[in-house]
Amino acid sequence: MRAFGQILKIETRLYLRDLAAPLITIALPLLLLAVFGLIPAMRASNPDFGDRSFIQYFTPSLLVITLAMTAVNVLPTVLATYRERGVLRRLATTPASPAALLAAQLIISLATILISAVLLIVVGRLAFDVPLPRHPLGFALALALGTAALLALGLLVAAVAPTNKAAQAIAVPLFMLVLFFGGVYVPRFLLPDFLVRIGSYTPPGVQALLDAWTADAPQPLHLAIMAVIAVLAGTVAAKLFRWE
Amino acid sequence: MPVIEVTNLHKRYGGTVAVQDVSFDVAAGEIFGVLGPNGAGKTTTVECVAGLRVPDGGEVSVLGLDPRRDAARLRQLVGVQLQESQLPDRLRVAEALEMYASFYRDPADPARLIDELGLGEKRNTPYQKLSGGQKQRLSIALALVGNPKIAILDELTTGLDPQARRDTWGLIERVRERRVTILLVTHFMEEAERLCDRLAVIDKGRVVALDSPSGLVSAVAPEQRIRFRPSAPVDDRLLTDLPQVTAVTRSGSQVVVTGTGDVLHAVTSVLARNQIIAADLRLEQATLDDAFVELTGHRPAE
Repeated sequence: MRAFGQILKIETRLYLRDLAAPLITIALPLLLLAVFGLIPAMRASNPDFGDRSFIQYFTPSLLVITLAMTAVNVLPTVLATYRERGVLRRLATTPASPAALLAAQLIISLATILISAVLLIVVGRLAFDVPLPRHPLGFALALALGTAALLALGLLVAAVAPTNKAAQAIAVPLFMLVLFFGGVYVPRFLLPDFLVRIGSYTPPGVQALLDAWTADAPQPLHLAIMAVIAVLAGTVAAKLFRWE
Repeated sequence: MPVIEVTNLHKRYGGTVAVQDVSFDVAAGEIFGVLGPNGAGKTTTVECVAGLRVPDGGEVSVLGLDPRRDAARLRQLVGVQLQESQLPDRLRVAEALEMYASFYRDPADPARLIDELGLGEKRNTPYQKLSGGQKQRLSIALALVGNPKIAILDELTTGLDPQARRDTWGLIERVRERRVTILLVTHFMEEAERLCDRLAVIDKGRVVALDSPSGLVSAVAPEQRIRFRPSAPVDDRLLTDLPQVTAVTRSGSQVVVTGTGDVLHAVTSVLARNQIIAADLRLEQATLDDAFVELTGHRPAE
């Protein structure tokens, strides 16, 4: 246990020392929230967004930035780098297991996502009239399942990519896709219907987040798809993952 | 009693046989070298000893334990420095040692180990800013931080400049003074000659010789050659009568004596008894390099 505590402590320090990752993951969504939130028109409710304001409609997409960055960008590249450089193999020769390092990385990912979600909810509520999640349980479930699905995909990338470069070659396009379908590049109301629909079923499930945040319970099908993706990708990743 | 026993070890990867048949014992407190050309099966052999790979045949016993079945116990007792194993770029020297120390029941004091390995000034330096020699010393420190009974060091000085290499050798000699048994993989003859008490030369997955460095040399090329210029004429018979001498030839004013065993002592004694001074005396002996070439048919690295 002491060994795991040390690993978690050191890995957290290493994560924070790499300033770029925490800045993009946590600070960028907040900054975008502030930039859009400070424009009065963005705070006015609009029938285009189902009588929400643009900022209410867009905040779940900001959370997608954190989710995508953490799960399909940072996590797989860190793990692939550790494997490529023999960090995991070296740990395997000590009484500590490389699994402890994997667990520490997952905890850091979860903490990052949780911190970012709380900050977006609190700042959105206090400064820009974004309501607290209207359906808290549904929101928690949508966030948990969306996170699980994306993390599983990130682990799958880490499992199949032999090197850091290979991990990035897979992770970057995947990251872009997640952002695109999450309505980050182009707000979803500007996208054709079928793309919006696809986006509801691709991780992390931005529609379920939006529904639970600003309206009512998310659709069970949206949640179920995330659960299925999490289990499938997670199982395959666990089967394929190698320490060396 | 041996602390490492390897008996008829066999290991293949798919259709490729990496280790055909390797056996050796390592005694407590010994520095035992595993020497061989690239691809001979050295690393695979020690990885089986370290419990990182499962042998396809044969027995491996470390401190009386099975590296696979008793892996958890052995990891407390065996420190391993792997070939080409790196650390995260931003990890600092002291952090790495403190983290590794936390894995062991009875670790060495990280701060003292840092000083002993000459990394005191670098304790807060991130891994990426260390020189090759410093990285290697840190890696050795990590292998020692658990106070192991056995240290397995793979390609310790590959990629280091000559000075860093010599510094590292000095370090290993100090480690031996702690009564740590060392299993050393190398393809540098000079390193093997300087550090190892005994060596197993491995080629194409088999042990082709197992002896002390000097034993290997004299087994392969027992002849020594002595050259000198005598201060007064020497009767050949004076020398050929010595049992250690096999031949005497002359080249110009030089006498060349070929022989075995303590031929040097025999020749210098007989010259001294006859008040002849041997000027420009040189002893030519086969080196471990020669022995290696003889045994494996390969030129050693560098």
